[in-house]
Amino acid sequence: MNAMQSRHMQTLSTRNLVIDIPGRADGYPLDLTIGSGQIWGVLGPNGAGKTTLLHTLAGLRPPRAGALYLDDVSVSGIKRRVFSQQLGLVFQDRQDGFPATVMETALIGRHPWLSPWQMEGADDLAMAQRALEALDVLHLKNRLVTTLSGGERQRVAIATLMTQSPHTWLLDEPTNHLDLHHQVAVMKLLTDRAAAGNAIFMCLHDLNLAARWCDHILLMYPNGEACWGPAERMLVPNALERLYNQQLATVEVDGAPFFVPKRV
Amino acid sequence: MIRPITLPLLVLALAGVLAMVISVGVGSVAISPADVLSVFLGEGSNLQRTLILELRLPRTLSAFATGGLLAVAGALMQVLLRNPLADPYVLGLSGGAAVGALLAMLAGLGGAVISGSAFAGALLATLMVFGLAHGTGSWTPSRLLLTGVVVAAGWGAVITLMLAISPARELPGMLYWLMGDVSYARIPWPGLGLLTVVCVLVVPLGRSLNVLARGPMQAAALGISVRPLEWLIYILASLLTATAVTMAGSIGFVGLVVPHMLRLVLGNDQRLILPACALAGGTLLVLADTLARVVIAPEQLPVGVITALLGVPTFLYLLYRSR
Repeated sequence: MNAMQSRHMQTLSTRNLVIDIPGRADGYPLDLTIGSGQIWGVLGPNGAGKTTLLHTLAGLRPPRAGALYLDDVSVSGIKRRVFSQQLGLVFQDRQDGFPATVMETALIGRHPWLSPWQMEGADDLAMAQRALEALDVLHLKNRLVTTLSGGERQRVAIATLMTQSPHTWLLDEPTNHLDLHHQVAVMKLLTDRAAAGNAIFMCLHDLNLAARWCDHILLMYPNGEACWGPAERMLVPNALERLYNQQLATVEVDGAPFFVPKRV
Repeated sequence: MIRPITLPLLVLALAGVLAMVISVGVGSVAISPADVLSVFLGEGSNLQRTLILELRLPRTLSAFATGGLLAVAGALMQVLLRNPLADPYVLGLSGGAAVGALLAMLAGLGGAVISGSAFAGALLATLMVFGLAHGTGSWTPSRLLLTGVVVAAGWGAVITLMLAISPARELPGMLYWLMGDVSYARIPWPGLGLLTVVCVLVVPLGRSLNVLARGPMQAAALGISVRPLEWLIYILASLLTATAVTMAGSIGFVGLVVPHMLRLVLGNDQRLILPACALAGGTLLVLADTLARVVIAPEQLPVGVITALLGVPTFLYLLYRSR
């Protein structure tokens, strides 16, 4: 396999992409370019379509209109296996119905990189080990995933994406179920990945995590409107109050804005 | 997933060979393992050669093939339905086969026709569930499961009806068939051949199955074409089960208990579990059939009774001991 060539960083972009939300008349076309080194945060109230957008970007759902591109190549012409070498996704819901250990779960991330007759080698095992260690779950590697706590499962899911090691990382609420320390650890890890050249694109519920760690923001309104751009231009109280239909007070902590809902 | 795969398989293969040597040695005329070996090497007396090569070995090999096919089919169904408690018959395939076989028996037809009719019934049941589960809406494993369970209940009713209206002299043969019995299985080669092919397919298929077991969305995100893979598993499992049912009637518990036991001991890598199922399922059925021949000799028990009596307590014990 020509590993160097397929490892070439490919930028995901959308052209006039309209996601398909049942019951919503018209979507707002998105022209996003998720570049190397960028950390995107997607903010919006429940039901605005954040998860649908992530699934559409991952090619798991057809858009209503528009198209996805990796560099200048339309994603519809790329084989699924090759595409999943470039782009991976951490889901919000876990479907861990069938038994598997933590190590077995992380190793499925190598699937797109192995040819049909190939078994996982020492390199693949080492990648999974490193990922589990980075997410602080290596000590659980022989436990069944179904016996873990919600936060531990979340970290195993992120470790699986790290083992997959795509260029673009999509994450749906990566800090769900995590305690404060592990929230910060995960955001730090994502920042490090971006510094190493990966592109990070995640849905977040916590406005302040977005304000602190993301450099680009996409705001998705419940009526289908959207706007996006550099974080400092997007994270202004007026826009956020309209987004969540909630009055906000702003303070500054560690040089970043910190938003607190006002008492009703 | 990374663990020495060959050692457990070697142990299981050895157990399989041992079970076969015991199985062909036990019977109305006992033959020592040494004599069994000498027969395999082309020596031994004429009586021993006839007993082993023409009478006992085909039955033993048939039992091995049937057990292996059922265990592999069970393991595949469990991944397909993401349910560790599914078995090869869960989608009503054995019911279709049974109706086919009983119809042939009612018509007073003999061995080969009964087998052919059972196979046809199994394929009909498979196609029915396949078509109905597809329906007009979207296709999901839970819809497949529900369709299969309801169709199986329908077959059950037809079987009861046929037993009720059958002449009394046909009943023992019918009941033996329904409980599963290898005494009429004489041609092991198609079953053994299919089993071998599946074990070779397992390496490329097994890793995809590992990913699919983590859920269809996750599998799609890792580059798997989920729908074609699910159809492939369904067709493969149905073919294996139909072949097994045709050889020996509907033998219960092998397809449920063997994959589950192996998972508790060997982990969840399908590339290890599927060939291990072939070996362990075969071994279990060879031993069960040996018991079925000797417990109330010279009478014989249907082997399905033995697998149930062996399988249920073992399974409960392992489940009780598991994490």
